[in-house]
Amino acid sequence: MNWIDIGGIDEIPLRGARKIKTALGCVALFRTGEAEVFATTDSCPHKGGPLSEGIVHGQSVTCPLHNWVFDLNTGQAQGEEGAISTYPARVEAGRILIDATKLASRSAA
Amino acid sequence: MKQRLVIIGAGMASGRVIEHLVETDPDAFDITLFNAEARGNYNRIMLSPVLSGEKTYEEIVTHDSDWYAAQGVTCRFGESVSGIDPTMKVVSGQSGHLPYDKLIIATGSAPFIIPVPGKDLPGVVTYRDLDDTNAMISAAGKGGKAVVIGGGLLGLEAAAGLAERGMEVTVVHLMGHLMERQLDEAAGYLLRKDLEGRGISIRTQASTKAIIGAGRAEAVLLEDGETLPADLVVMAVGIRPETRLATDAGLTVARGIEVNAQMQTSDPDIFAVGECVEFDGQLFGLVAPLYDQAKVLARSLLEGVDAFIAKDTATKLKVTGCDLFSAGDFAEGEGREDIVLRDPARGIYKRLVIEGDRLIGAVMYGDTADGNWFFQLIKDGTDIDEMRETLIFGPAFQGGDTADPLSAVAALPREAEICGCNGICKGTITDAIAGGATDLAAIKAATKASASCGTCTGLVEQVLQVTLGDDFVMPTAQPICPCCDLTHEDIRLLIKSQELKSKEAVWQELGWKTRNGCHICRPAVNFYLLADWPLEYQDDPQSRFVNERKHANIQKDGTFSVVPRMWGGITNPAELRAIADAADKYDVPTVKVTGGQRIDLLGVKGEDLPYIWADLNKAGLVSGHAYSKGLRTVKTCVGTDHCRFGTQDSTGLGIKLEQALWGSWTPHKVKLGVSGCPRNCAEATCKDVGIICVDSGYQVSVAGAAGMDVKETERLCDVGTEQEAIDVTIAFVQLYREHAKYLDRAYKWVAKVGLDWVQARIADPEERARLIAAFELSQSIYRKDPWAEHAKTAERYQPLANLTLEAAE
Repeated sequence: MNWIDIGGIDEIPLRGARKIKTALGCVALFRTGEAEVFATTDSCPHKGGPLSEGIVHGQSVTCPLHNWVFDLNTGQAQGEEGAISTYPARVEAGRILIDATKLASRSAA
Repeated sequence: MKQRLVIIGAGMASGRVIEHLVETDPDAFDITLFNAEARGNYNRIMLSPVLSGEKTYEEIVTHDSDWYAAQGVTCRFGESVSGIDPTMKVVSGQSGHLPYDKLIIATGSAPFIIPVPGKDLPGVVTYRDLDDTNAMISAAGKGGKAVVIGGGLLGLEAAAGLAERGMEVTVVHLMGHLMERQLDEAAGYLLRKDLEGRGISIRTQASTKAIIGAGRAEAVLLEDGETLPADLVVMAVGIRPETRLATDAGLTVARGIEVNAQMQTSDPDIFAVGECVEFDGQLFGLVAPLYDQAKVLARSLLEGVDAFIAKDTATKLKVTGCDLFSAGDFAEGEGREDIVLRDPARGIYKRLVIEGDRLIGAVMYGDTADGNWFFQLIKDGTDIDEMRETLIFGPAFQGGDTADPLSAVAALPREAEICGCNGICKGTITDAIAGGATDLAAIKAATKASASCGTCTGLVEQVLQVTLGDDFVMPTAQPICPCCDLTHEDIRLLIKSQELKSKEAVWQELGWKTRNGCHICRPAVNFYLLADWPLEYQDDPQSRFVNERKHANIQKDGTFSVVPRMWGGITNPAELRAIADAADKYDVPTVKVTGGQRIDLLGVKGEDLPYIWADLNKAGLVSGHAYSKGLRTVKTCVGTDHCRFGTQDSTGLGIKLEQALWGSWTPHKVKLGVSGCPRNCAEATCKDVGIICVDSGYQVSVAGAAGMDVKETERLCDVGTEQEAIDVTIAFVQLYREHAKYLDRAYKWVAKVGLDWVQARIADPEERARLIAAFELSQSIYRKDPWAEHAKTAERYQPLANLTLEAAE
């Protein structure tokens, strides 16, 4: 694990998302609770919709293009064949930490 | 010879340590007890009832001077310890040194003071000990206003106590909901409602900037510029371990004084106990673990064997009538699942958090009777797989049949209440059925059951089904989405009649089954609240589809399109130049004229949006709302100015309409057209509102469509003047805003309610005036350019971080 600090929790609106740039494409960072974040790939496996622009509800996000719903824990699409990659992220003392090792090792999807 | 034991701090933890010591071996130690407060030990967690007047100080004393004397403890009360010398094994007090063999630090914690200007003014108090409580009681005696900074356990107890004593209290809380460490948002909402019902004002997401006043506190200034007048300011934002003595003595201190499982600090002869302690990375603010520590410490001193284990703890708020309970870990997380039960009529909310086959957390509000049972399941790590289905109903329900709702209803006794609003029990309903009522409407008419708030409708239908069997067909009204069983129409009605003014209020009062809705219901509820309570409700961008959140249309490749407003379709060379310049500067690949006569810049990168808007703003152009469920465009022909057939100034009317209606939010998009003559060059007769100018005035028609369906408009009315045409249009749009289901275009809504009904409402002068006034009120908030506002927060449109370097390593 190689946790890196990428910003304050307040920089993501509650039940909102921001994206972060990586060498292998964008990663979406979702905030679902006062201090809870999830990281997944930003691209919907259906038609490439930017998930960070979707509506965040419960621990899920809905793709803005065609309403595919993904579980942010598992990355599994609800009622569809498809999944997104998830990455370890956590909040500590108001700062968002993400595991860069896992990010770097992801396939260029 | 007896060992000399010195204890610093006469609080609940050290009181308990002494009890254990003298019980087990009264002759083991010669004990001296220092306390900075000039009194013995009292039950600090009962300060809230003292503040509210339910108890007196005398009732909460646990160990007074006489008790200590009887145990042979030497008390040095009112004397604070200035230092510890671990090498010499000496404690320094104000009246001299005292050697020890063993030392216990039990200094507890100190209130955290936020470092704002004015924090030291007289009239600013903390809430920690009896002196603070007495200071609040005496301040409250004069009445007036109090501001409590901090909406946690302590702050709310202070607020409730001061309100009980007649002060006008406002709570200022930094986070989004009250007691966010112990409660989730839903329970936080109920708590807030309860407190507001006691006349306490609550400001969440409010940050204190300063306490102001000449000579003493007079007001609290918030970051957003608001000033809250205050005769008394209570700072209750939190506590931190009091570790100064330990730090000075060179002991290992992190957030608290670090101890091992025997409560031993880094010096083997010095122990620590209570709130000043840190064990295994944890601090302890509640009484149960602190008593455990006391027991362990006593045994370590006497026998050196016991070990402290940090256990889960449960929280209750000590405000009479606020029943809340929180235990374990209720945060969401990987592999965790929720079971939620909401009973709006009784104000009950329960949420269980399950991981695998174990219960790991529980939050309850309104009915906490089963709290301890759940807490036991959490502590024991009981396998709950078998009772999962009925777990949330508590211990009384375990071991029963599987929860088939129909069999449950069948099993209800005749006197079981079904409709809480009207107090109708099951027997009354079955009697009505026996008397010939065979559907919901007949039951409503005969008994009033489900005729008020409607939340028992499902139950009434189940009674019908159980009683009538196959003779009753369950109706299939379309619920809004899987989060809630109510229809859009019912939800709209209930938001108005129950005056629900926040999303949390809707979730709770209407029995939502999910924690915060989904992508289907959230945008709808957001609109309904905004349409009904424009002044009270704060629009929620996170409940909006991306287009409305980002004020641009998302395209298939994730880029956006930007459409500036051209009032009535009119533009000029300066605006066109600005649009052309923006297209150049931001590499816009496609520039297109839309179906509504506006210019669309397609293919703009999300990160560029705030900048292109700022450029267009500079040329006087504002958002065209081409993305919104709101007024899009008013299409016009040239009218009398240039056309030989034009009868009225159709372009002028189009501009006036667009300027009146822009920025408004509606159930779906709204498009208008104004044609200068019946040749209808603006194609007004397939719009939501179409106006045809004729010699005698204006023909206003509504409910046209040229989308999924193609439909000609229907005539609403003919009017003589331009102002009347504008009034009728606004009244129609407001009526649509107030009644239509979210995502129903106007033509679908009119088909449901009937054109006659719409005509009658608009024709009634009183109703028309009310509609126009309601629309104008809403527009006083929403007739603003969102681009200008969002251009100020451009950083939100940028990636949160750029990890291209890190990730490549």
